[in-house]
Amino acid sequence: MQNQNYMRIEFSARSENEAFARVAVASFVSKLHLTLDELEEIKTAVSEAVTNAIIHGYEEKADQLVTIVTHYNDEYIEVVIEDKGIGIINVDEARQPLFTTKPELERSGMGFTIMENFMDSVEILTGANVGTRVTLRKNLVKNQALCN
Amino acid sequence: MSLHIDLDVLSNVLVVRLSGELDHHTAEKLKQQMEDKILKGNVQNIVLSLEHLHFMDSSGLGVILGRYKQITGRGGEMVVCSINPLIYRLFELSGLFKIIKIRENEGEALQLLGVA
Repeated sequence: MQNQNYMRIEFSARSENEAFARVAVASFVSKLHLTLDELEEIKTAVSEAVTNAIIHGYEEKADQLVTIVTHYNDEYIEVVIEDKGIGIINVDEARQPLFTTKPELERSGMGFTIMENFMDSVEILTGANVGTRVTLRKNLVKNQALCN
Repeated sequence: MSLHIDLDVLSNVLVVRLSGELDHHTAEKLKQQMEDKILKGNVQNIVLSLEHLHFMDSSGLGVILGRYKQITGRGGEMVVCSINPLIYRLFELSGLFKIIKIRENEGEALQLLGVA
């Protein structure tokens, strides 16, 4: 593997950091020459996971921290979004399209559905009052070698 | 980049033009400004123009669905126009297309609502 890279960021669970988080990840993977669509898909999926951490994991307690670890190699990009919040009680329910625990906040319940559609795999590891770790993966297509 | 909201009332139609990014952080501002107009003014219908919206996620879907329910609850309609391909996919995934009318541009959206 020639093409390995790693980064880690940690930021306050404040809603204004959602834009920072998705742009930071997009910027980190920018040298991989992804298509504009792929880059937007990653940004959207990251935005969903970070928003979940802030609204659901931490219930908007801004003094808490969200961590993002991103690494890539020749085969894939992996983005891990982690909070130490309340956890997800029922993961199967959370993954259902249009399911939300906070309809009063006008949540659409589409967060995980969007992550699953925009990425190649989505793994959720969660524990009550321990936190939630969402691992997003996007496979890199081999035809990039032709450009070199 | 944040969200810029341009609000305009043409006869009884509230025209909302968005530019920038619509996420959880900016959704609240959009909700408040649109609600203000819907509840105060003589607004019957809504046109939502997304031509210059560069980013949107599920929080955007939530706030749009919320205003759709609000205006249809008052007997009105909402038409969304000038949607870019990525935002189009979000609408498709959520099934919002089944209930909200979509038009190519603001002119066509206004025409649908009977405003020339």
